[in-house]
Amino acid sequence: MEFPEGLKYTKEHEWVLVEDRIATIGITEYAQQELGDVVYVELPEVGEKIVKDDPFGAVESVKAVSDIYAPVSGTVIEVNDTLPDSPETINDDAYGDGWMIKVEMSDADDLKDLMSAEEYAEYVDQQKEEEDEGEEESGEE
Amino acid sequence: MVEFAGWEMPVQYQGVIEEHLAVRRRAGLFDVSHMGEVEVSGAGALDLCQTLTANDVARVQVGQAQYNLLLNESGGAVDDIVVYRLESDHFLICVNAANTDKDFQWIRGRSEGKAEVRDTSSRYVQLALQGPLAEKILQRLTGLALAQIKPFHFSFGEVSGARCLVARTGYTGEDGFELYCDPDRGEALWNSLMEAGRDGGLQPAGLGARDTLRLEKAYPLYGHELDDTTTPLEAGLEWVTKLSKVSFLGREALLRQKREGVARRLVGLEMTAPGIARADYPILKEGEPIGRVTSGTRSPTLGKSIALGYVSAAEAVVGNGVEVEIRGRSVAARLVALPFYRREGAGKTS
Repeated sequence: MEFPEGLKYTKEHEWVLVEDRIATIGITEYAQQELGDVVYVELPEVGEKIVKDDPFGAVESVKAVSDIYAPVSGTVIEVNDTLPDSPETINDDAYGDGWMIKVEMSDADDLKDLMSAEEYAEYVDQQKEEEDEGEEESGEE
Repeated sequence: MVEFAGWEMPVQYQGVIEEHLAVRRRAGLFDVSHMGEVEVSGAGALDLCQTLTANDVARVQVGQAQYNLLLNESGGAVDDIVVYRLESDHFLICVNAANTDKDFQWIRGRSEGKAEVRDTSSRYVQLALQGPLAEKILQRLTGLALAQIKPFHFSFGEVSGARCLVARTGYTGEDGFELYCDPDRGEALWNSLMEAGRDGGLQPAGLGARDTLRLEKAYPLYGHELDDTTTPLEAGLEWVTKLSKVSFLGREALLRQKREGVARRLVGLEMTAPGIARADYPILKEGEPIGRVTSGTRSPTLGKSIALGYVSAAEAVVGNGVEVEIRGRSVAARLVALPFYRREGAGKTS
């Protein structure tokens, strides 16, 4: 599984690409695999303010809904408006065409507690181990 | 893999949508060994089944299966089940995994020593081969004349050397078979079926696809559309409920409910604005709550967001425009006829 260098990562499996004060945000390869086929995406509108660690949108697979949490605080300046019509782009290209929003950050310090690619890879390994222990309880019939 | 009712279950293999479409277009193989089996036998077996269920078990011939409901005194669903008549006084009841012990205790506790009731869940592996190519694939592995097994009928025979109960039943809305066999033979049977279906595009399918398939067909799922407080009259299962047969547990309550009219009904919803309705989301009419969603998904076959839910009886009219509250927003939906999906050429019994 690929976790590009140069991106920052959250424990909720979002990635952030920072260019000056602009943060591009999406969900990671691990997140899209865990979700499975993405069939619906709910995103904020341009001009909306998002707050670090609060949900700013949702991504839905056939089976379930997951909130997407803001890695940083700021104002939404651009939204990937191809996603509503082709949400599967998130499965196909999580770090590229599957980006979700661009945000003008209000506090660069928000980046400090995000993970590097290496740290995130380690974190994902831990998550997988926990999952393999079969402690997760979901799925119904 | 997820844990479900003590079973490690695959949610998906290749992906829910791919597996779902494979079942609709070709075939899929499900390991549904988590389903429970309760066997009722002895001179009082038929009477016990008749007393505890809504459908008329006396109409079921040996070699036939029947969709049925275990009801409590209030007419609520203890479980929805399939009853297989193995012999005139021997019934195999397939029950929901999470209800296996509840159902077993429920039936045994009311047997009054007139029938033997056993939980035989650990004696069966259950595989479901579903889809338009199911018969063709299965026929490669068995001498049974599958074309002669009609829907909701079964035969015993060898499949790839394993003795199986082969039933033309399923939970997907497609033609298909459910195979019950000895757990020691289960893995080999799975592998033989996958091999036999390889050139036909048979795919292994998980719980995720099982859920979306049954939802398109509007088959209820216990814990969602059915529970101890929902009656078959509310759940659209009046066709299962033979009020004129011999007396059965819950009959008085159902007669009363029929006389007085139900307060709520299970309905089908289609979202008319973007969004997916999920279990427990409120259903509104002009802002006022009228019910609740019980299951919802994006339908892989129809490309629409569909849901089942209960609404007040007065609002339960096909075509009615309503809203579903999705994360604080009201999203437009309308009531549609059920099922959402019906396979071509299928009769009403499927």
